[in-house]
Amino acid sequence: MAAALSAQENGVEDILILERDQFLGGILNQCVHTGFGLEYFKEVLTGPEYAERFIERIKAIPGIEVSLKTFVVSLSADKTLTFLKPGKLETVKAKALVMATGCREKTREMVHIPGTRPAGIFSAGLAQKLINIEGLLPGNKVVVVGSGDIGLIMARRFTLEGAKVQAVVEIQGTSRGLMRNLVQCVQDFDIPIYFNHKISAIFGRDRVEKVKVCKVGQNYCDVPGSEFELECDTLLISVGLIPENELIEMAGAQLDQKTNSPVAEGVNKTSIPGLFVCGNSYKVYDIADSVTRDSELCGKMAAEYLKELAGKNRGFGKK
Amino acid sequence: MFDVIIIGAGVTGTAIARELSRYKLKVCLLEKEEESAFGVSKSNSGIIHPGTQNPPGSLKAKLCVQGNVLTRKIARELGVDFKETGELILAFSEEEIFRLHQLRDEAQTLKVPGVRMVDQIWLSQNEPNLSRNVLAALYAPTAGIISPYRWVYDLAEDALDNGVEIRTKSLVENITVGGREFTVATSSGEYKSRFLVNCAGLFADDISRMVGVDDFRIRPVKGEEFILDKKLENLTRHLIFPLPTKTTKGILVIKTADGNPMIGPTAQEVEDKTDLTTSNDGLQKVLAGAQKLVPGISGKDIIAYFAGLRPKAGDDFIIRREEKVPGFVNVAGIQSPGLTAAPAIALMVVGILKSCGLTLKEKLFFRSHRSKTTHLFSINFSQARKLIQENPAYGDIVCRCEMVSAQEIREAISRGAKTLDGIKFRTRCQAGRCHGSFCTTRAMKILSEERNIPLTEVTKRGIGSEIVKKDRDHD
Ligand SMILES: Cc1cc2nc3c(=O)[nH]c(=O)nc-3n(C[C@H](O)[C@H](O)[C@H](O)COP(=O)(O)OP(=O)(O)OC[C@H]3O[C@@H](n4cnc5c(N)ncnc54)[C@H](O)[C@@H]3O)c2cc1C
Ligand SMILES: Cc1cc2nc3c(=O)[nH]c(=O)nc-3n(C[C@H](O)[C@H](O)[C@H](O)COP(=O)(O)OP(=O)(O)OC[C@H]3O[C@@H](n4cnc5c(N)ncnc54)[C@H](O)[C@@H]3O)c2cc1C
Repeated sequence: MAAALSAQENGVEDILILERDQFLGGILNQCVHTGFGLEYFKEVLTGPEYAERFIERIKAIPGIEVSLKTFVVSLSADKTLTFLKPGKLETVKAKALVMATGCREKTREMVHIPGTRPAGIFSAGLAQKLINIEGLLPGNKVVVVGSGDIGLIMARRFTLEGAKVQAVVEIQGTSRGLMRNLVQCVQDFDIPIYFNHKISAIFGRDRVEKVKVCKVGQNYCDVPGSEFELECDTLLISVGLIPENELIEMAGAQLDQKTNSPVAEGVNKTSIPGLFVCGNSYKVYDIADSVTRDSELCGKMAAEYLKELAGKNRGFGKK
Repeated sequence: MFDVIIIGAGVTGTAIARELSRYKLKVCLLEKEEESAFGVSKSNSGIIHPGTQNPPGSLKAKLCVQGNVLTRKIARELGVDFKETGELILAFSEEEIFRLHQLRDEAQTLKVPGVRMVDQIWLSQNEPNLSRNVLAALYAPTAGIISPYRWVYDLAEDALDNGVEIRTKSLVENITVGGREFTVATSSGEYKSRFLVNCAGLFADDISRMVGVDDFRIRPVKGEEFILDKKLENLTRHLIFPLPTKTTKGILVIKTADGNPMIGPTAQEVEDKTDLTTSNDGLQKVLAGAQKLVPGISGKDIIAYFAGLRPKAGDDFIIRREEKVPGFVNVAGIQSPGLTAAPAIALMVVGILKSCGLTLKEKLFFRSHRSKTTHLFSINFSQARKLIQENPAYGDIVCRCEMVSAQEIREAISRGAKTLDGIKFRTRCQAGRCHGSFCTTRAMKILSEERNIPLTEVTKRGIGSEIVKKDRDHD
C-alpha cells in the first residue's frame, strides 16, 4: 500500500493492487500487539490500526484499484501476471511491477530437528494467527524454538492466555529479536531463556509430549552430558524468515541462494527492468516503519521508471 | 454376518477388498486408524518396482513382476497417475558390473521386460547429473512411480462404491473362532464373518496370535526418507539405485508422483512398532549414500522428512491359508516390494479363499472405473480457467505453495478425508515449502464446516492429535 500511494503521488495514474487475502494489510492484521508506527506516525499503534491508516488513504484514491481474494500464480519476464480469484483465472500485463509479497517463516524441517512428527508443532506466525485472528489456543505448555521477534511476542501472548511457557531455546549466544521484545515479552514474565542450546529431539506420537534440549559448543556441536528434557504439548518454531520471491524467480529474476532476496545493482531492483521488490520480500525488516519507508522509495522508483519509459516511447500513447 | 472380513486398510487390505468387490459377497474392511493408508502404506518410496533385485523362486519375486503389470492396469481404471520412469542400478567397479550381469540374468529368468545394460555414453546422455565414477548401469524401463496414499484411497473408494463396508477407528482387540464363524471384537463393536483375512501390517503377528497361529514375528525395519525441494524435480530422469545388498536395495535417489525428488531409505531394525522417529544419523547416512550416486545433492535441498517401518517376517512374504483355522488367511510380512505386489497379492488371496470354499459369483455390474480427481497443480491454465468458470470455488486458493483450492479440499472430504493429514495426502494442501503455516487455519475451518465438528476436534491424524486445545468463542 505504501508503494502504491507513493507511486500515485509521483504521478502514476493507473495502479492495480492484487491481494490474495480478503483484507488489505498483510501480516499486520494478526499483530494485535502495540508497538507499530513509533517512527513513522510518532504514535503507538497496533498492527491493524497501522494498516487502517493506509487502507483509508488507498480507498480515497480512485486511481488505485484493489482486487482482493486474488492469488497471483505466475509471472513472466514481460511482467504478465496470471491470477486466480473465485470464478476467474485471468492475466494482466504491467508496465512496471512492484512485488510486495512479504516473507514466510522457516520451518522445523529446515532446521532438521530429529524425532517424531506429531500435532503441536507450529510456526510462531501460525500460532499468532490462530490465537489473534481465530480465537483458538494451540496448547497449554509451550517451548519456543529460536528467539525471533514473533517467537518472543508469542511467548508473552501464550502466557497472557493462561498457558505455561516452559522456555525459549536459542542456538546462538544472543537473541535474534529486538532487545525490547526480549525484555518485555520474556524477561518480564520470568520465562527461562537458554542461549547456546538447541532442541535435539521431539517426542510424542500423536501430540508433542516433550523435547530434549542440549547445549551446543563450537560449530553448534552437542556438548555431551548437557541434555535435559522439557515437558510440553506445543512447540513454536521461530528460527527466521525468508523473503517470498518464488514468483520473480519464475520470471527469471536472479535470487541470492542464501537469503532468497533479488540480486541486482541497486536497492529494490531485480535483474529484470521495471520489476521492483519492496518490503519483507526485498529483505526481512525488523519493524513495519522500515518496510513503509523502503516501499515508498520503491513506489517512487517505479514512477520514475515509467516516466523514463514514456520519454523513450513518446508518441506511442500515454498510459 | 459378513462373508469376508479383512483386517487392515493398507495397500494390501484395500487391494484385496476391491478385488473381492467384483463378486456377490458381503465384505467388511476393518481399520484401527481414522483413515485408510495411515499405516506402512503412507510412508514408503512410492516405487512400482519392475521385479529386479528379488531372489528368483521367492513369492516376492513372482508377485512383484505381476504386480507391476496389474498396478498399471488398475491405476488407469481408477484414474490414478502412474508414471513409467524406468530405473538404473549403478556399478562403480568391474566387480559390480559382474554383479549387474547376474542381476540382469535373474531378471530375465523372472521375465522382467526390457532389462538391459547401458554404458557410460548412454548414461552421460540420458542421466547427466550422475556421479562420474559410474562405469555402467542396469536399466529396467518398466519401473514407475505412484502416489502411495492416493493409490490406496482410490482402491478403498472403489471398493466402497462396489459395496464393501469400511469401518475405520475399529481396532481389532479379540477374535473368537466358533464352528465356521469368526467373531471379531473391535473398539467400534463386534463383527462376524465366515472368512477372515489378516492384512494388519506391522501387527499381523498379533492378529494371527488371536486365532491361535503363533509361528512368526513381525520385526520392523525402519527406513528414513528425506524429501527435496520441488525446484529439483528434474534432478534425475530415472529412479537411481546402487547395487542391492542381501537385505536392502540401498539408499536411492527417487522421483515421486508429487514432483519432489526424495532420497533414502535407511534400513535399521527396531524393536518398537510405533517408532517413526527420524535421526541425525539417518540424515547423514542418506546424504552420503545419495551423494555417491548424484554428487550435486546437498542437505540444504531437504524440505521434509519421515520414517516408515517395513513389516518383515523373515525373508519373504507370508501368504497362506492356515489349516489349523479353516477360513483364516494370513497375509503377513508384506515388506518391500509390497506396494508393487499388492494387486497380485489380492488375486492370490482371492484364489486361496476360493480354495477354502468361498463361492465367487461375479456381479453383473462391477464399477471398475472412476473419474480422475481434479488437481489444479496438474493441469494447465486454460484447463484451470474452464474449471473455475464452471465452479468458482476452484479459484478460491487455500494452499499457496501447492496451489490447492477450497473446492479440491471439499472434494477430498466428501471422498473420505477426515483429518488434516488425510487432506494433505489427497490434495497436497500443507505439503509445500511453508508446511502449512499459511493454509492450516483455512483447511481446519473447511474440515470443521464440512464434517460439522468443532474446531477443537479437528485432528492431524485422528484422536489424540487435535490441533488446538481451546476455542475462546465457543467455550
Ligand atoms: C508474524 C510477524 C510479526 C511481526 N510483528 C511486528 C511487530 O510487532 N512490530 C513491527 O514493527 N513489525 C513486525 N513485523 C515486521 C513486518 O516486517 C511488518 O509488520 C510489515 O507489515 C511487513 O509488510 P510487507 O508488506 O512487507 O509484508 P506482508 O504484510 O507479509 O504483506 C505481503 C502481502 O502480499 C500478499 N501476497 C503474497 N503473495 C501473494 C500472491 N502470490 N498473490 C497475491 N498476494 C500475495 C500477502 O497476502 C500479504 O498480504 C512482523 C512480521 C511478521 C512476519
Ligand atoms: C521406507 C519404506 C520404503 C518402501 N518403499 C517401497 C517401494 O518403493 N515400493 C514397494 O513396492 N514397496 C515399498 N515398501 C513396502 C510397502 O510400503 C509395504 O509393503 C506396504 O505398504 C505394506 O502394506 P500393508 O497394507 O500390508 O500394511 P499397512 O499399510 O501397514 O496396512 C496395515 C493396516 O492394518 C491396520 N491395523 C493394524 N493392526 C490393526 C488392528 N489390530 N485392528 C485394525 N487395524 C489394524 C494398520 O493401522 C494399517 O493401516 C516400503 C516400505 C518402507 C517402510
